[in-house]
Amino acid sequence: MNVLHFVDAFFSDSAHWHGYDGIPQRFWEHLQYSLLALAVAAAVGLPVGLLTGHTGRGGNALAFIANAARALPSFGLLVLAVLLIGFGLLPVMIPLVVLAVPPILVTTYEAVRSVDPAPVDAARGMGMHESRILFRVEVPVALPLILSGLRSAAIQIVSTATIAAYVSLGGLGRYIIDGLYQRDYEKVVGGATLVAVLALLTLAVFWAAGRLAVSPGVRRR
Amino acid sequence: MIRIDSVTKRYPDGTVAVDRLSLEIPDRSITVLVGPSGCGKTTTLRMINRMVEPTEGTILLDGEDSRRQPVTTLRRSMGYVIQNAGLFQHRTIVDNIATVPRLLGWGRQRARERAAELMERVGLDPSLAKRYPYQLSGGQQQRVGVARALAADPPVLLMDEPFSAVDPVVRKGLQAELLRIQDELGKTIVFVTHDIDEAITLGTMVAVLREGGRLAQYAPPADLLSNPADGFVEDFLGADRGIRRLSFFPSDALELTTDAVIPADATAARIAAVEAPHLLVTDADGRPLGWAAREELTAGDLRTDRLLPYGRPFVPGADSLRVALDCAVLSPVGRAVAVDGHGRVTGVVSQQTIGEAVRAAHTAGRADEQKVAG
Ligand SMILES: Nc1ncnc2c1ncn2[C@@H]1O[C@H](COP(=O)(O)OP(=O)(O)OP(=O)(O)O)[C@@H](O)[C@H]1O
Ligand SMILES: [Mg+2]
Repeated sequence: MNVLHFVDAFFSDSAHWHGYDGIPQRFWEHLQYSLLALAVAAAVGLPVGLLTGHTGRGGNALAFIANAARALPSFGLLVLAVLLIGFGLLPVMIPLVVLAVPPILVTTYEAVRSVDPAPVDAARGMGMHESRILFRVEVPVALPLILSGLRSAAIQIVSTATIAAYVSLGGLGRYIIDGLYQRDYEKVVGGATLVAVLALLTLAVFWAAGRLAVSPGVRRR
Repeated sequence: MIRIDSVTKRYPDGTVAVDRLSLEIPDRSITVLVGPSGCGKTTTLRMINRMVEPTEGTILLDGEDSRRQPVTTLRRSMGYVIQNAGLFQHRTIVDNIATVPRLLGWGRQRARERAAELMERVGLDPSLAKRYPYQLSGGQQQRVGVARALAADPPVLLMDEPFSAVDPVVRKGLQAELLRIQDELGKTIVFVTHDIDEAITLGTMVAVLREGGRLAQYAPPADLLSNPADGFVEDFLGADRGIRRLSFFPSDALELTTDAVIPADATAARIAAVEAPHLLVTDADGRPLGWAAREELTAGDLRTDRLLPYGRPFVPGADSLRVALDCAVLSPVGRAVAVDGHGRVTGVVSQQTIGEAVRAAHTAGRADEQKVAG
């Protein structure tokens, strides 16, 4: 019995491909949790990162908060959230968002900070408004780094979203937790493989987004 | 006219970058701010477009306080060129140049047409339009920077060491280009440099600043060279101030001699009549071929491969005394060759004759100054 054998057995069992506990359903749930958490984290991290990066103020406070947030264990946070607000989607979102905000925030801040100051100076000297300088001069150049922050946040969310299963929600974590409980290692390995596949898909999506959104003048090819 | 009126800039850390500076910057001419590093040139320039706000004093534009209009309106009426150009690397060259017209609300098509026009004006090949900045050389990028600043046809151009990051040959080209563009467009240009040669080449007026942001002298370049206000300015102008000054004297008053100039098919009698030890041999069209020692010359046997090179000729009227002197110094026989616009020899002139002209010019210059002073 080896891992590949488990993988093969899991995916060739047609019972795993339909129904409320089927692969498409669980995959879709996992994707939904991940997208929601990423959207919320980006809605917090991007504006704060862009603003602090542009003005150059608050960098130290930011690094402190981000490091503190990183120190929080996701699982502990989940338990705490459930104790405080009960079961549901919200207590799952809290640890995922807390996990994803720091890489987005810190990378975005660094990305904007590291933009060559000369074009920014030129833009200001031409009479561009500050918001236009940020979005038309700094962001296009900082975009590859900003995307890399979002990407690492997304990967972390995808792999951590398995914890949703602990609080009776769905997602790919179901297979892992149920499998462990039922001593069905085929299921555990199958679930873990699916999480890995989703992580790879996430990488592919960010790669494509980079190709489409980043100017060839910045990519230098 | 831009008038800087008793302006002081004290930075928050206490550094006084500019100290009670007053300058009148004439319209449609190039005013150069020059001085050692840290003397407040950039600060002064940036106070004109309010990238830096003066601590004291005012800057008047055509008599009106520059703080009276919104800062973005002010900046859009002044082109701004910086060292290393500061191009937007995510935009193509045309789109870089079209930036200010787009800011002013022009349509994309019109702005691009205008950008194409400017590329031609600053001597950029149209094939570069769709490239990105990283695909251009430093000199080309700097031209794009100038084109971008000119795109909305602002009356004023502020330039902060725009050519200091390119090699000397490219810099000479860019300076010549700027003078040509200025001839065509007649902008009010304020140009910052720490290179005194550049200041003298470009400036209609030159302001020499000293450490602590104080004005040491404000004068046309020729006056600066002939009459430095004090030891600081003199040192700053450098040891070859006298030679540099010759650039401001024309060479057309030089007395040329033609008796040592002979065509390649000259007769023996013609050669024998020459008294000078060296003769300048010309071709049938009168273009110089080279120098020959008189005793080595035999009529009908002019071996042009044995001639000494005649060096670089000068054009009386177009070139200055400095160029004429340079030609004479470089000439293997100590004489400069004068040619007309078509490269035909009009005569030769010795170092001695040039030396006399230099002395005469200096005397005349001093007499002029005394007239001005008196
Ligand atoms: N933002 C600032 N805060 C504090 N001091 C400053 C600031 N900007 C410039 N200075 C100081 O003001 C003085 C003048 O600076 P400025 O940049 O105008 O000099 P500069 O003549 O342009 O020099 P360079 O030829 O090296 O560019 C320097 O002593 C500099 O250190
Ligand atoms: Mg400077």
